[in-house]
Amino acid sequence: MKPQTLYEKLWESHLVRQQDDGTALIYIDRHLVHEVTSPQAFEGLKLAGRKPWRVSSIVATADHNTPTDHWDEGIKDPVSRTQVETLDANIREYGALTYFPFRDERQGIVHVIGPENGATLPGMTVVCGDSHTSTHGAFACLAHGIGTSEVEHVLATQCLLQKKSRTMLVRVDGEVGPGVTAKDIVLAIIGRIGTAGGTGFAIEFGGSAIRALSMEGRMTVCNMAIEAGARAGLVAVDDTTIDYLRGKPYAPSGDAWDKAVAYWRTLHSDAGAEFDKVVVLDASEIEPQVTWGTSPEMVAGVTGRVPNPASIDDPVKRDGVERALKYMGLSPDMPIGEIPVDQVFIGSCTNSRIEDLREAAKVARGRRKADSVKRVLVVPGSGLVKRQAEAEGLHEVFLAAGFEWREPGCSMCLAMNADRLEAGEHCASTSNRNFEGRQGAGGRTHLVSPAMAAAAAVEGRFVDVRNLL
Amino acid sequence: MNAFKLLDGLVAPLDRANVDTDAIIPKQFLKSIKRSGFGPNLFDEWRYLDHGEPGQDCSARPKNPDFVLNQPRYQGAQVLLTRDNFGCGSSREHAPWALEDFGIRVLIGPSFADIFFNNCFKNGLLPIVIPAETVDTLFRECVATEGYRLAIDLESQTITRPNGELVRFEVDAFRKECLLNGWDDIGLTLRHAEEIRAFEQKRRDMHPYYFA
Repeated sequence: MKPQTLYEKLWESHLVRQQDDGTALIYIDRHLVHEVTSPQAFEGLKLAGRKPWRVSSIVATADHNTPTDHWDEGIKDPVSRTQVETLDANIREYGALTYFPFRDERQGIVHVIGPENGATLPGMTVVCGDSHTSTHGAFACLAHGIGTSEVEHVLATQCLLQKKSRTMLVRVDGEVGPGVTAKDIVLAIIGRIGTAGGTGFAIEFGGSAIRALSMEGRMTVCNMAIEAGARAGLVAVDDTTIDYLRGKPYAPSGDAWDKAVAYWRTLHSDAGAEFDKVVVLDASEIEPQVTWGTSPEMVAGVTGRVPNPASIDDPVKRDGVERALKYMGLSPDMPIGEIPVDQVFIGSCTNSRIEDLREAAKVARGRRKADSVKRVLVVPGSGLVKRQAEAEGLHEVFLAAGFEWREPGCSMCLAMNADRLEAGEHCASTSNRNFEGRQGAGGRTHLVSPAMAAAAAVEGRFVDVRNLL
Repeated sequence: MNAFKLLDGLVAPLDRANVDTDAIIPKQFLKSIKRSGFGPNLFDEWRYLDHGEPGQDCSARPKNPDFVLNQPRYQGAQVLLTRDNFGCGSSREHAPWALEDFGIRVLIGPSFADIFFNNCFKNGLLPIVIPAETVDTLFRECVATEGYRLAIDLESQTITRPNGELVRFEVDAFRKECLLNGWDDIGLTLRHAEEIRAFEQKRRDMHPYYFA
């Protein structure tokens, strides 16, 4: 048999039917649902007199709109509250495998709660009306972000209309140095291939530096596959995957576990499998990364400089860099280390898991937020992450450093709730998008790892975290 | 869904790469539970000088005169010229909803982000990919000629330039069919309900732990 890539194995095992033009129906195992992209889908379903095909595939939570403080006061913004209550009502009416509503002890960011509850399992297809669904590919799942019409389509038919993607292998060989994390790896990858480099591809991340990552780290990498334009990121199953899932609430147990593990062990690209494109990075050359612009590909090492548009030939590109520098309030050739920081955000589906908080706490321990930094928000990814962090005393480290310790949610990653930047403020953020206005109108986002964010908080500017470890 | 067959429309040029869906429709407007009414807030942060919030009367807000869609010559535009990677970022379908509500029916560019591209077809919008050099030519002509229009024919997969020259484009056969007829793809998929059920049963037998 011809050697297959992991993507091809997952595609074939979910292929219900394929038309002559290549359009296929793919069976969906897990449907993650949140409040922002689902109301119109449920409404459409209702208007057409349809019912969900398989409610036991649905795992739902409220995360985008929920406040991260004063939970006893509920959701103050009436429009946000209506949206969250609409999800409550839809799940009440139609049902779900499980629902973690606002203030539930297991509520959290949809891409954190799926894996930590074992609702994301290797070999599944996972969809969600959220582009960062690529996160779940860390478990060798074929995981796609979809639009609301597709949410409705999956609710009604348990299938997604798809065309097969091309395959790309991004291999990160060697070992990263101390202080260099999964976030730096993925930002370096995006810096290399660009924000459209992965368009039309499913990216498998491999190589020794990826294999050495924890599941949390692999989720960070796959999470940002979409920032490289790829709808899906993938990492093959190995012991790290299996060990993470053992004993999780929705993971199988007993004989079913053994049977599942035997299958999951086959979820890797075969030796000799051919990819449409291969990109190789040397892990030892990756330094802590900081984005300076308004697209995740506008990134440099912490010891580097902001580019000079005068040295760029392509007019569209030059124009983009000029526009970004103007928006970000930066001058050409400015050292990254001279960019001041007004706010710090540690959280989001990219970097709000326990390991991320441990990395940040390691830097914050025994240090204080710089006086020039207005606010440092630490927002755990879920209620379970929060409790684990508190059991380890991490919250005390943050509070002693002058950071704020909040309730779980998407928070200032997209600023749909009250957590946001003021115009002109620079933010060291562990989230995934530095688009104009993403964290608040006029806000200036710099994407970094949790350790780099904590370092920026204590120094009031971007510094090389390797000097603080 | 509205069908799309033919359009002879006024063209507006949005000359920047990597336009993300946060820019197309900012997050505060995503709190709506409806599919309609997003047009006045399309490109909100670029289009207006003040900060927009849901429920405002946008006609009274100060407009940014430099933003291309505010210029008198582009009022009523139905075709938007775009650069690389238009629609990147968030999967929010509110982006095509806002474009459609504003009056845009066709987008022409060298590349689009995957999820956005897909979402367009579900809402009667036609995103057309043509080579970057041709897009450049259209940008130049559009800026140089007030009242610049293009005629788009989905059936024959052609764009007709004012000088009569044709630009051919590719479109997926299935998407084309759905768009031409305004078909609801859920209805189409449910024609294969038996096949889906059979597949599901087989999968359940083989991997029961995915169905727990």
